[in-house]
Amino acid sequence: MLRLQNLNTYYGEIHVLKNISLHIQEGEMVTLIGANGAGKSTMLNSISGIVGAKSGAILYNGTDISNMSPDRIVQQGISQVPEGRQLFAPLSVEDNLRLGAYTRYGKENKKEIQKDLETVYALFPRLKERERQYAGTLSGGEQQMLAMGRALMCRPKLLILDEPSMGLAPLIISEIFKTIARLRDTQKTTLFVVEQNARVALKYADRGYVMETGKIMLEGNSRDLLENKEVQRAYLGKQKKPIWE
Amino acid sequence: MTLSSQIVQFLFTGITIGSIYAMVGLGFNIIYNSTGIINFAQGEFVMLGGMVMVWLTTMVNLPMPLAFILTVAIVTVIGALFERLAIYPLKKPSVLILIIITLAGSIIFKGSAMLIWGKETHTLPHISGEEPIEFMGATILPQTLWIIAVLAVIVTLLAVFFNFTMVGKAMRACSVNPTAASLVGINVRRIVLLSFALSAGIGAVAGIVFTPMVLMEYDRGAMLALKGFCAAVLGGLGNGVGAVVAGLLIGILESFGAGFISSGYKDGIALLILLIVLIIKPSGLFGVSEASKLKEF
Repeated sequence: MLRLQNLNTYYGEIHVLKNISLHIQEGEMVTLIGANGAGKSTMLNSISGIVGAKSGAILYNGTDISNMSPDRIVQQGISQVPEGRQLFAPLSVEDNLRLGAYTRYGKENKKEIQKDLETVYALFPRLKERERQYAGTLSGGEQQMLAMGRALMCRPKLLILDEPSMGLAPLIISEIFKTIARLRDTQKTTLFVVEQNARVALKYADRGYVMETGKIMLEGNSRDLLENKEVQRAYLGKQKKPIWE
Repeated sequence: MTLSSQIVQFLFTGITIGSIYAMVGLGFNIIYNSTGIINFAQGEFVMLGGMVMVWLTTMVNLPMPLAFILTVAIVTVIGALFERLAIYPLKKPSVLILIIITLAGSIIFKGSAMLIWGKETHTLPHISGEEPIEFMGATILPQTLWIIAVLAVIVTLLAVFFNFTMVGKAMRACSVNPTAASLVGINVRRIVLLSFALSAGIGAVAGIVFTPMVLMEYDRGAMLALKGFCAAVLGGLGNGVGAVVAGLLIGILESFGAGFISSGYKDGIALLILLIVLIIKPSGLFGVSEASKLKEF
């Protein structure tokens, strides 16, 4: 469904993504783990068209989308839940959700959009309760739900999430990931989740990639990655050598 | 004339001129919100509105309502073209470059107006006659009431647009967070185009209702832009309600200053207010100081 081929991205002079290649199949949940500054968000922003790629291709169902504008990419069915939610704080919860369906207004029946709004409210009943509140007044977990709901309003075929666990309590993190997994199982949405919390990401995902300083270092099934010694040491905090004074 | 009737007189003069400043200030804010730039060509849209209206009614001899609609349409298109030709082609321009471009644009508009319509002043007939209305010992021209009504209509329409239409909400979304806006599929550059068109349209309306009161000439834009800018800054950049209140306030203070001190200081008063605000509370009367620290201007 999505295939990155030898992707290179620069911020000015800085080479951020170095020859990245990866693929995501339809109906899969794939995770990308890595430390701060590894280039994970840059990769997502390249897919979404926020950051232009210098060379390489981003093939989505066979067509290269690496030079498309962000709004065209959303119309193709790729939706991103950005890092740190990026909500429209002074707008109401409902307006945030409706703006998620912005590309569909004028093209589709308003009833269809209304129906999807109800679907999102069914997925996250807390948002329904806070429908009229300003998005900026929600708690962290609710904001993450709203960001996800907003991204779902365009009926994405591929949903990409940038660190959905950031700043959330463990209980809410697992609730969020259960919802993400449910999207894959019930709505057949393809998912690409970027995470620093490797343990929870690998627990729910089918496959994973490990990224370090702009390069893909490892790839494999989630179970294999969880058992990989290097992943355990670097991302799961196991087998830490005791330090003696 | 007694003191109280004088005060009423100055108040109405101030509200009239202040309404125009408010409209210009609103235009500044709409563009500022979607692009973060100060469009110094904003005053030229007012001048063009007046000039095109004069041209359509006196030279082409169109009836008033038709000329009004055509003028607003023409100036709106000019605003949109200005964006497409001068702002759009730039890739990742800095805010400073954009501001200098708007300054250049204002000079081009001014020069073209001088070439087309000459250096003499033009005027328009008042909308409903020049028979003054007596009110508490002051005389008020009907045009004053028209100007206030037009401001009220513009403010109401903008409020409806930004709060109840999808495009209006998308414009607000762009001003809050352009990256997130493009991630939900909003074409940010089209919103920028729309903001220029909208600001130009509002400027044109201001010019049309304003011309009968003051005579329009090719170089009136710069001072109007300056006063409208004062209104926008005093109200807190980007704050619509702030711009309207501040515009009226500047107009009233200016009018009282001209009446009680000397009309020579009229323009100085607005600029003095601007200086005081920038020194004491740079975020403006209605601005949030934390938010203003994050802004580039």
